[in-house]
Amino acid sequence: MKRSFKQNMIKSGAIVSNGIITNNPVFRLVLGTCPVLAVTTSAVNGLGMGLAATFVLLCSNMLVSALRRVIPDKVRIPAYVLIIATFVTVVQMVLRKFIPSLYDSLGIYLPLIVVNCIILARAEAFASTNPVLDSALDGIGMGLGFTAALMLIGIIREFFGSGSFFFGELAGIKMGWQFSALSDFSMSIFILPAGGFLVFGLLMAAVNALTDYAQKKKDKATQMRKSEIKAKNEIKSEEVAL
Amino acid sequence: MENYLVSSSPHITSPRTTRNIMLDVIIALVPCVIASVLIYGLYPLVSILLCVGSAVFAEWLFNLIRKKPQTVGDLSAVVTGVILGLNLPAVVPLFVPVIGAFFAIIIVKMLFGGIGKNFANPAITARIFLVLAWGGVMTSYVLPINLANGAGELVKYLSEAFNINLPAAITSATPLASVKAAIESGANPANGLSALNMFLGKIGGSAGEVSTLAVLIGGVYLAVRKVIDVKIPIIYIGTTAIFTAIFFANSGYVGEYVWTYMLGGGLVFGAVFMATDYATTPNTNLGRIIFACGCGFLTVIIRKFSTMPEGVSFAILLMNIVSPLIEKIIPKPYGHPKRSMMDYFAEKKAQKVAKGGSNV
Repeated sequence: MKRSFKQNMIKSGAIVSNGIITNNPVFRLVLGTCPVLAVTTSAVNGLGMGLAATFVLLCSNMLVSALRRVIPDKVRIPAYVLIIATFVTVVQMVLRKFIPSLYDSLGIYLPLIVVNCIILARAEAFASTNPVLDSALDGIGMGLGFTAALMLIGIIREFFGSGSFFFGELAGIKMGWQFSALSDFSMSIFILPAGGFLVFGLLMAAVNALTDYAQKKKDKATQMRKSEIKAKNEIKSEEVAL
Repeated sequence: MENYLVSSSPHITSPRTTRNIMLDVIIALVPCVIASVLIYGLYPLVSILLCVGSAVFAEWLFNLIRKKPQTVGDLSAVVTGVILGLNLPAVVPLFVPVIGAFFAIIIVKMLFGGIGKNFANPAITARIFLVLAWGGVMTSYVLPINLANGAGELVKYLSEAFNINLPAAITSATPLASVKAAIESGANPANGLSALNMFLGKIGGSAGEVSTLAVLIGGVYLAVRKVIDVKIPIIYIGTTAIFTAIFFANSGYVGEYVWTYMLGGGLVFGAVFMATDYATTPNTNLGRIIFACGCGFLTVIIRKFSTMPEGVSFAILLMNIVSPLIEKIIPKPYGHPKRSMMDYFAEKKAQKVAKGGSNV
C-alpha cells in the first residue's frame, strides 16, 4: 500500500523524534554508556563525539539497510561490524587530518565507536528490517539524541567541574566562555568519573520523571474521552500491573 | 472478661523510638563539639550549626516538594548534620557545609527513600564528595588555638569565612600526613608527634575527630545506653592495629606506626559514630564482625598504599556498599546437621534419580 505524502512526513517525523526523545539512546535505552561517561568532561568533546557517532550511525544504518537482503543471517553481526568499522576508519582519518585537537581528546573512544552498542543495536533492531530512507532517518534521530545527551551531560560537568560553558575549539572555531570568577569554586569531582556517574544518574532520573509526567497527562486525556466504566477498569488493571 | 485487651501481635514493644536514639547520639556528640570549640575556637561551631540547619532544611524541603509526610522530627537529619560538621576541617569556606549537607540529605538519603533506606552513610558520602570536589579546601587544616592567650583566640579564625586558600601561616599538617611522609622516607613516623596532644586533640585535623578523648566519652555513653553495638568500634580499631602491625612489620617502627594510626586522623570517630550507623551496617552478629574487620583492613591498605594520608571514610563507604552482601552470610542454626560435600552431591544425585532424570 502506498502512503500519501502527508503520512510519509508524519512517519518520518515520528522516526526522528523517537530517537531524540521517546527512545533516547542514552537516557531511555541506556546504550553506549562507556563513551557517555568517558568523553563528557567538556561539552565540546561531547559534541564532537556525538557528531562522529551520528555520522557513523547514519552511514552504517543506510548500508546495512541496503544490504539487508544480501547479508546471510548467520554472519550478520560480523558483517555489521565490518560496515561500521569502515565508516569509523573514515571518521578517524578525517578527524586526525582536520581536527587533531578533538582527535587527541577523544582518544581511544573514537575507534571504540566500532563496538558502540547504539550503532550495533540500531543495525540489528531497525536497519536490518526497514527500508533505506527510514533507516537513514532513524540513524539521524538516534545520532542527534546521542549528541544531545552527550552535550547536556558535558555542559553540566564542564560548568561545575571547570567553571566554563562550551569552552574550547572545534574545527578551528573558538567558542564558549571561561568564567574566571568561578574557577576558584569549581568542583573537580564533576570532571572525575564519579561526577560523570552522578550527573548521568540524576539526568536519567529527571528524564524518566518528565516522561512519566507526560505519559500521565496523556493517559488522563485519553481516559477523559473514554467512558466512566472503562476508565475504572483501566485504573484497576494498572494497579494490578504495579 | 471485659478487662482483657484483645490485639494483634506484636505484644512486646520497645519504648525506644528513632527520635529517642538520635537524641542519645546527639548527646554523645556534644563532647566532640565542645572539644572542637576548645581546640579551634568558634569557627567549627558555626560550620556545624550551618550543617545542621542545611540538613534539616533540605529534608523538610524534599518532603514538602515530594508531598511526603514530614520526617524532620526524627532528628536523624540533625545527627547527619553534626557528624558532617565534625568531619569537615575546622575552617572551611561557609558554602562547603551547606552544599555538603544538601548532598548528604537529598542525594544520599532522601532519593533512596529516606531514613533506614539509604545504602551509604550520608555524612561519610558527603565528606567524600566534598574531598573530591574541593580537594584543596578539604585538606588544609588550621593550627589549634592557644586559649592561654585569652578569649580573643576563640574568634581568631572567623575572618576566614570565605577564604578558599588559607594563608600558610595558620595551616598545619595532620599527624597522618607526616606519617605518610615517613612511610616514603623510612624515618620514624612518631618524630615530632606527641601521644598526649594527639589523644587530647591539640593537632591539625577535622574539627571533631582530633580529640580521641572526647570521642571516647561519647562512645562510652552510647555503649552504656546500648545505642551502638560495641563490637563494631572495638573490632574495627583492633583490626586496624593488627593490620598496621602486619603491614609495617619490617619497617622497624611497628609500635610507632600502630599508635600514630590509632590516634591520628578519624579512626576512633569513624569507628564509634559512622561505622555503627544502623541502616548501612549488617544486622547479623557475624556480619558486623566481618564488616568491622573489612573496615580495619581497608583503612590500613588505603593509608599505606594510596596517595591519601587518611582512609577511614573511604573504608567505611566501601564496606557500607558490600553490607547487603555480608548480611547474606548467615551462620547455620544450632543443631543443624553437618554435611560434607560428598553427602551433598550424593543427595543431589538421589534427587535427580527420584525425579526420573537421566543418570549421568
